[in-house]
Amino acid sequence: MKEDDKFKEEVNLDKLSDDENIILDAMGLNGSNRRKFLKQVSMFSLGLYASSIFTSEIFADTMKDLPENARVLLNEVMVNLRVNKVVKPITIDSRTSLLDALRERLALTGTKKGCDHGQCGACTVIIDGKRNLSCLTLAATCEGKEITTVEGLANNGEMHPMQQAFLKHDGFQCGYCTPGQICSSVALLEEAKNGEASYVTEDLKTIKSGLTLSEEEIRERMSGNICRCGAYNNIVQAFKEVHTGNEEMPTWEFATQEQMDNAKNA
Amino acid sequence: MRPFKYTGAQNKDQALQAFTATSHYLGGGTNLVDLMKEDVERPDQLIDINNLDYKKITSNENGGLTLGGMLSNSETANHPEVRTNYPLLSMAMLSAATAQIRNMASNGGNLLQRTRCPYFFEVSMPCNKREPGSGCGALNGMNALHAIFGYSDSCIATNPSDMCVALAAIGATVEVQQTDGSSRMIAFTDLHRLPGDRPEKDTTLMQGELITAIHLSEPEFADHYYYLKIRERSSYAFALVSVAAGLQVKSGVITKVGLAMGGVAHIPWKLTKAEAFLAGKKPTSENFEAAAALEMKDAKPFEANTYKVEMGKNAIVRALTQAYERTV
Repeated sequence: MKEDDKFKEEVNLDKLSDDENIILDAMGLNGSNRRKFLKQVSMFSLGLYASSIFTSEIFADTMKDLPENARVLLNEVMVNLRVNKVVKPITIDSRTSLLDALRERLALTGTKKGCDHGQCGACTVIIDGKRNLSCLTLAATCEGKEITTVEGLANNGEMHPMQQAFLKHDGFQCGYCTPGQICSSVALLEEAKNGEASYVTEDLKTIKSGLTLSEEEIRERMSGNICRCGAYNNIVQAFKEVHTGNEEMPTWEFATQEQMDNAKNA
Repeated sequence: MRPFKYTGAQNKDQALQAFTATSHYLGGGTNLVDLMKEDVERPDQLIDINNLDYKKITSNENGGLTLGGMLSNSETANHPEVRTNYPLLSMAMLSAATAQIRNMASNGGNLLQRTRCPYFFEVSMPCNKREPGSGCGALNGMNALHAIFGYSDSCIATNPSDMCVALAAIGATVEVQQTDGSSRMIAFTDLHRLPGDRPEKDTTLMQGELITAIHLSEPEFADHYYYLKIRERSSYAFALVSVAAGLQVKSGVITKVGLAMGGVAHIPWKLTKAEAFLAGKKPTSENFEAAAALEMKDAKPFEANTYKVEMGKNAIVRALTQAYERTV
């Protein structure tokens, strides 16, 4: 308690709203890290940050069962989709991609449609532990498979460490590729643990489990997720933090009120 | 996408029985589903073969490995025995596409992936491969990505696979299941065909045949190997030119060579002349350069892809050098 009081004093924690405190908790920033982080941000900006976080879907699994289209389906297929540990039986047109089934039938719109042709990675989901492209996966082929989308990564209202790291390191700008980037990163953690190789791995023969990936390795292995905003540096940093377990300070900071005002009047 | 009937096959008999002339087998779908969205492929039935039991890697009687046709590219490339004994194959496979796509793509499907020629993908353009008799748009069009060997007036497209380049270099036999229930073996270099006047046929497979396994012979290039892939960006792109090089060197002399190129022909292009030239010679840069020159003098580039001749020559030398100098 004493330590906490001292901390409150130093950073004027009294000025933080409950929402802001929740954000910092969700970002995994406690004690001294929270103090270091708060030195970099203005309280006003954290409030703005809060509104964007709470309108996003990362805290809640919003799966629904939308009614079937009234039109007669062509080539009907019945499939039990097991998504984020919930099974939903749906009847679909055989042409339905897993991506469309997730978004249009289960209302899980966290998974994004980017190119719809397997060229961008925005639709990446985890199927039976492996990252896959949901735009090129036919939903009809998913019977009996365990599908995890970005909505299923949080646990008991607590974000996955990778989600926390993306927030902390600002691993996005527009955010459209982010669900795919995060799912891809989460699967990559396992691939590294399993000792899987990549094209830039020097020695394919003695590679062991529990790999520590270099930045070059991370970039090669994450090349299936394109970010048009170019947030790659921050994405790599976010991945690295979770992958190595070493806390890294974010390289960004919020604009001050004064800077915001100046920008407005410019 | 046009409507199609989805048939989930639980075993090979169900798959073969369901097959019709207008059906396609569905493996990973990374190429086929994309082409269906583009309206290039128009099957009226997809037979899902993902539950067929061709997902193992086993030792074969020739002292090599047999790779299941339905095993994923990532599981194959990362199998400890493939990585240790056929690292050239692992390296080539890992250079392809992305982790997501390699997780989905099957080995059989990789062998059958279709060209990335933009005229093939764009249905408003002429393409003899997509629509026989409509002409070749690339012949006098944008042909920077096209073949410099073995093409015809009908088609100048290239095969996009990396895995196939490595298989052409190390040698393999492809086992296919025929519709009458029997199986047959195809030497890997006989699987793909040059376009001739029938570019719509990529391979020598017959209708309804299903690739069940790829048999590799005894490993020969576990020590000296390199897959060089030159592309427009450093990852997640198809090769402009690629070279798979495997060497066996004993007492300073090359005793065995496996050499093939990608991005230069309708098929994975085996460099038989360079292989023959290098056998019995010393692994020197002079010999590597002479071998590359010997192979590339037959190249016949188009207006926009003359760069591939010089690039190809340098790529052969570099791949051989990297293979020879490799210490791990």
